[in-house]
Amino acid sequence: MLAWTIYSSFIGVLLLMVIPKDNAALARKVAILSALAGLIVAVAGFFQLKPGVMLHISTRSWISSLGAGYHLAADGVSLTLVLLTGLASMAGVLFSWNIQNRTKEFFALYLALIGAVYGVFLSFDLFLLFVFYELAIIPKYFLIAIWGSHRREYGAMKLALYSFIGSAMVLAGLISAYVVSGVHTFDLFVLARQPFPHGFQLWAFPLVFGGFAVLAGLWPFHTWAPAGHVAAPTAASMLLAGVVMKLGAYGCLRVAMTLFPEGLEAWKTPVATLAVVGIVYGGLVALVQRDFKFVIGYSSVSHMGFVLLGLATINTIGLSGAVLQMFSHGIIAGLLFAVVGRMVYERTHTRDLPALEAMGLSKSLPFAAVTFVLAGLASMGLPGFSGFVAELEILLGAWRAFPSIALVTGLGILISVAYMLRAMQKAFFGAVPSPVCHADQPPLEPVSVPERLGAALLLGVALLVGLYPRLLLDVIVPSFDSPLFDWLRKGGGR
Amino acid sequence: MSSLPLLSLITMLPLLAGFGVAGFGVRKKAARSLAFGSSLLTVFLACLLWCRFDNASGDFQFVEYHPWIPAIGANYYVAVDGLGLLMVMLTSIVVPMSILAAWRVERNPSLYHAMVLFLQAGLMGTFTALNFIHWFLFWELSLVPAFFLVRLWGGSRRAPAAARFFIYTMAGSVAMLLSFLGVFYATGKLDFPDLAEMSRHGALNSALAAKLGWRLFGQAFTARQMTEFVFGGVLMGFAVKVPMVPFHTWLPAAYAEAPSATTMLLTGVMSKMGLYGFLRILLPLFPEQSRWLRTPLLVLAVVTIVFSACAAFAQRDLKRILAYSSINHLGYCLLGVFALAGAGGTALLPATEKAAALSGVLLQMFNHGLTAAMLFWLVSVLEQRSGGLRGLNDFGGLRKTMPVFCGVTGIALFSSLGLPGLNGFAGEFLIFKGSFPLAMGAVSLAALGLLVTAVFILTLMQRLFHGPLNSKWVRLPDLTRGERLLFALPVGLMFLLGLWPQLLASIVNSTVVRMVGRLPF
Repeated sequence: MLAWTIYSSFIGVLLLMVIPKDNAALARKVAILSALAGLIVAVAGFFQLKPGVMLHISTRSWISSLGAGYHLAADGVSLTLVLLTGLASMAGVLFSWNIQNRTKEFFALYLALIGAVYGVFLSFDLFLLFVFYELAIIPKYFLIAIWGSHRREYGAMKLALYSFIGSAMVLAGLISAYVVSGVHTFDLFVLARQPFPHGFQLWAFPLVFGGFAVLAGLWPFHTWAPAGHVAAPTAASMLLAGVVMKLGAYGCLRVAMTLFPEGLEAWKTPVATLAVVGIVYGGLVALVQRDFKFVIGYSSVSHMGFVLLGLATINTIGLSGAVLQMFSHGIIAGLLFAVVGRMVYERTHTRDLPALEAMGLSKSLPFAAVTFVLAGLASMGLPGFSGFVAELEILLGAWRAFPSIALVTGLGILISVAYMLRAMQKAFFGAVPSPVCHADQPPLEPVSVPERLGAALLLGVALLVGLYPRLLLDVIVPSFDSPLFDWLRKGGGR
Repeated sequence: MSSLPLLSLITMLPLLAGFGVAGFGVRKKAARSLAFGSSLLTVFLACLLWCRFDNASGDFQFVEYHPWIPAIGANYYVAVDGLGLLMVMLTSIVVPMSILAAWRVERNPSLYHAMVLFLQAGLMGTFTALNFIHWFLFWELSLVPAFFLVRLWGGSRRAPAAARFFIYTMAGSVAMLLSFLGVFYATGKLDFPDLAEMSRHGALNSALAAKLGWRLFGQAFTARQMTEFVFGGVLMGFAVKVPMVPFHTWLPAAYAEAPSATTMLLTGVMSKMGLYGFLRILLPLFPEQSRWLRTPLLVLAVVTIVFSACAAFAQRDLKRILAYSSINHLGYCLLGVFALAGAGGTALLPATEKAAALSGVLLQMFNHGLTAAMLFWLVSVLEQRSGGLRGLNDFGGLRKTMPVFCGVTGIALFSSLGLPGLNGFAGEFLIFKGSFPLAMGAVSLAALGLLVTAVFILTLMQRLFHGPLNSKWVRLPDLTRGERLLFALPVGLMFLLGLWPQLLASIVNSTVVRMVGRLPF
């Protein structure tokens, strides 16, 4: 049934293709219905899954000469991310309700991206996974290049180039694994059981892991992320930060770490070091940005560093923290981008923090201010929000694996408090303008109902997971018992 | 006991009321009344707790325990002993005082009162939670409304003051969080009573030593150094909050910029969170480390006392004077806490000295909360009348125009000074009496602080009340009848607690004996 997340998105794309060009209202309806269908299927699948049991959806063969199958399945990890995709896509449609320019094409590309993302999270055949992974790059490029704002051609091109270089590395690694294993299949379950030679793993792991990690924003390959996030239209930056970066992290976990555990063991310290450099560096850069959206863009780099650090710890608690952080960051970053891009930028037409400071937006856009404050607190990792539990688990895992890195990570948390506080102060709580000198300007348009709905949806989820994380953890943790995660136990990681 | 979950109620009531108040929006009077009503209901609940509390037992009472997030050792675990109950009572008394002091707040009163109630919920949770994660949730929850109270309703330089307050406190919190993650990694537990029990048998230290191991430049740290690092992280968190010199620099700006009604909460209750942490967490969990580092800690406590008294003497702004005086008074508590941590001369010293010092600390925490809140309330009254002026040299001769105000302020100032017969005396006396045999040098030096305190408080009174009347203030109205009635209650309480300290001491006695008995030295 879960496969219908993919199908419903692509059906939405097909429907959008046939409706008349200038009927924006209909296009919006199709988009929201198709996103809603995906979300409902994801939630239903979430309740259908028995913790610790792999849910096989389809195991048909596809290109038998290559050994590629149409193998869709789900465990707790992929389901968590499918659920995230459902939520983010729903919120994204709500926040792009006002798109006027080529509405139909916008939503068609948007839904194509969503469908491809669902596909990556559900594929357990590496060939299929790779096809979906590539499929996601194309709509991303057009979404930014057509509907983007600040230096959109540059941002779109940079993102596409980085993505393609990353996928080229992944492809090279996958093909060599296919050849070296000699089993003539791309099925992950089969390949994961193959004992690859140690020497091979040593160079194949960085190739595949690095390829995926480019998309996860691993420092120093992160530079596409802020540029792309800033250039993208709101819904696309919500998806980019919220879901697409998770594709990279998911690929690292699902493919690179599963196939090459010995390589992982050998490379874990460099990975953890780069991750923590990303945490601190991303935070420091966010601290000095003038552009509001760049603050959030670099904060995403910093938070994705947590995910990669969690992966590098190779123990259950660190990994479950990493998966939870993927979910939590997807929700919170989506919300932050929605406030910055939709609620603020589209009304004030500036993202310059000093300029916003002069507007005193907490008076004119109180809803945006409250939403940003709550999302900012969640992003700082304040207890009660989902980010806290996730970062706590990652830190716990790090204490076990790399105690000194855990200390530096603490510094990273502190920096995140500083840049969020700065952005909050400047953007919303600047000096209140005197009514005299701004009398000639029209008042800002109030925050609309779809925006309120979207914000409430994301905030509600962040709070719910923060206060009752077992909702997700009870699904995520048992899935580490599956044979796919044998390496976790062999490394003594438990 | 009854099955009514009183402690959950007393935490959740302000939280829910806060949401209710925030929802009122423009209906200012309704919001204010709801906030005040909720705070009175909290007082009632606190009284109920007090009545049902078994004074004879020093153990945790009103226990509620539910598993919450097993993966990170989090449980929903609330209970109070004498210390917790005392703090809950203090919170429930100071919050309505603060709401009354802010009765006329003009900008967005419903949001203001909602923030105050959220802060109260955070405080109640902090004083009742016994699991680290649960406790930390409320510890941080209290910080957010406090930040916004300073940031949105503060004086002209509120932005840097609020930011500094937030970042300092977060730095402490992160250090503490990292330490506790280390503890959890080593022991797999986060319930304070469990950890204290482990620590009593030395199991906590050995677990930390066995599990943690760092190398720096090829040099491995010893087990003792490792546990000291963990201790240092926790210490940071509390030292910032109290604050202890040299982590105090956020405080004067925050207290001075915050509206006086908010400062009542900051100094009255929030500063007690740090001391509470010292007593509930640091000392029971890390007694050995406290003993090893006792001398530097005592030095810091003495520096805190003497330095802040001198700084208060040098200030010209009433709120800054009182802010430093607040640091000074909490310094005595720190002195008492660290004096406890010493072996002193074990065999010769009966446990009664330690018990005296500890009960002195607890009484001082409560009494300082009451007195300091009262003083800032009086400053807010003066500010309202003078149009925001609060310089030491702006006034003079107020005795003639506002005799009742000066009388009430005088009582509060003398209580702050520790005059016998008023509430401030018992705590300070017990701290000095108990700590002197435990740490003679430090206590003698700290007595110097007492002297300077007397000097600056008397100077303050002289400048405000006496001397020639500034012609500007001839028409300054005295306290109205309503205000007199309002102030009668806390002033009465000051006399009551001064003349009959047993009222509070009886609550904490058994707890104090139990806590002292559990120290391994």
